[in-house]
Amino acid sequence: MKAQRRYIPSFHYYKRMLTGRLMLFLCSLSSLVALVPLLLIFFYTVTRGVDYLSLDFFMKMPKPVGETGGGMANAIVGTLVLIATGSAIGLPVGILTGIYLAEFGNGKFGTLVRFLADVLSGVPSIVAGVVAYGLVVIPMKHFSALAGGVAMAILMVPTVTRTTEEMIRLVPHSYREAGLALGIPQWKTTVQIVLRTAFRGIVTGILLAIARIAGETAPLLFTALGNRFWSTALDQPIASLTVFIYDYARAPFEDWNNQAWTAALVLIIIISTLSLAVRFVTRSRYTQR
Amino acid sequence: MQPETIRHTELTTSPSLADGFAPNGIKMSTTNLNAFFGELQALYDVNMEIASNRVLAIIGPSGCGKSTFLRCLNRMHEVAGGTMTGSVLLDGHDIHETDAVLVRKRVGMVFQKPNPFPTMSIFGNVAIGLRLNKGTPRNQIAELVEQSLKQAALWDEVKDSLDKSGVSLSGGQQQRLCIARTLAVNPEVILMDEPASALDPIATAKIEELIYDLKKDYTIVIVTHNMQQAARVSDHTAFFYLGRLIEFDETKKLFTNPAKKQTEEYITGRFG
Repeated sequence: MKAQRRYIPSFHYYKRMLTGRLMLFLCSLSSLVALVPLLLIFFYTVTRGVDYLSLDFFMKMPKPVGETGGGMANAIVGTLVLIATGSAIGLPVGILTGIYLAEFGNGKFGTLVRFLADVLSGVPSIVAGVVAYGLVVIPMKHFSALAGGVAMAILMVPTVTRTTEEMIRLVPHSYREAGLALGIPQWKTTVQIVLRTAFRGIVTGILLAIARIAGETAPLLFTALGNRFWSTALDQPIASLTVFIYDYARAPFEDWNNQAWTAALVLIIIISTLSLAVRFVTRSRYTQR
Repeated sequence: MQPETIRHTELTTSPSLADGFAPNGIKMSTTNLNAFFGELQALYDVNMEIASNRVLAIIGPSGCGKSTFLRCLNRMHEVAGGTMTGSVLLDGHDIHETDAVLVRKRVGMVFQKPNPFPTMSIFGNVAIGLRLNKGTPRNQIAELVEQSLKQAALWDEVKDSLDKSGVSLSGGQQQRLCIARTLAVNPEVILMDEPASALDPIATAKIEELIYDLKKDYTIVIVTHNMQQAARVSDHTAFFYLGRLIEFDETKKLFTNPAKKQTEEYITGRFG
């Protein structure tokens, strides 16, 4: 039997080991730094907003100027109506465009659409508001929930389009081929096999788009305007949490300022709940490898 | 029973075949088949006949056009953006004169890498072709799924876990699942593109056994890198080299007494 030779680490071994540890440390540090603002915002909103959080806030209407108390029932419903309107317009357009780009978008037209979607996603949200003002508010001659929904849809389309396209492109070509080789027509293969495989990724993209528009204030200021009264009509101005936050945070009343914090907290709760609910409903039965 | 349109096309590249070549007739044939990927030509004037209820093995070094030839037989070549000239006949009719979808229903395909659909259960994977192609009554689907899984020799292993994900199976089981999926739509011809190359020897043996059983009901074309496998499972063998059909004969003859020097060199391992 040969005696085992002892392994003596070289200088390069230590150098590599140290470099490895240093890089790991830097990565962990960056993750923490990225997490800090998120946690700060969350905890600060919770501590400032939790005092006024009550059932009344969800059930009651805003009180007239000078009176304290009341809630934001109309703004909560208004935000949901705006999200629903924006999604109803923006999601079909975005998803179908995404499918088109992924399946047939290799030509000149596809390249143009993709480029414009990228440009559109970089357009400031207030510009989307101006466009909706020109498209909807001016012809209707008054502000409306519909106008707010259109502005939100304009903001959603590029995000949804590009995520849908990317997610469909991530589906391995072999699934598409397997579907076609079974004698399944192209469009059924796309919808039932490719889209189904990409579904969860697309849902994530949709949720991000919804979360983004739910937090928008600027495009609503001259489209949905805001409303201190109860309204769910699409052709009337409608209240929203973000516009309320904007108004109440600037107001000289402490009661309103506190309610603005609560409204911010409620907005976070609504988006998180929506996100969790959608994820639960669309969870896959089969965990992938 | 064969329509009269089918004749033995003259094989320029191979000696005339013995009378026992196709006791059940000719299922498919190609005439002057040329295949291209853009400017690049992948196949040159391939003339071949595929006998019914027989296993045809296609061998040859990488890049010789085996897979391309296979994919020309069910019009999957065009899915990858390729083009072709010449004709491919299925039961005497040109497959380019019918809809590609109908051709692929009759000429099924099993791929090199097992590719069960990850969002579907084992049952769903086999049923998908039936569900998406109209014409199968709902109450018959379960029966057909069971029958297909039995034919693919997978039923006993999965009958208690039909609701599990298709990708939860082992590689060999996944490949048999893919075969069951192909069988479910009841094709007449099954094309297999190196179906066992990603599998271990035991799983490979199972697939080979399966191929042997399946030829009672189906015509099978299998592309393989493994010459022992070709010798074991096939009745006829075609040797491709650089996009041309070099030799095509009964497997026994091609492996024991090849007519062409290139064939001999390839099967004895001198190149490729």
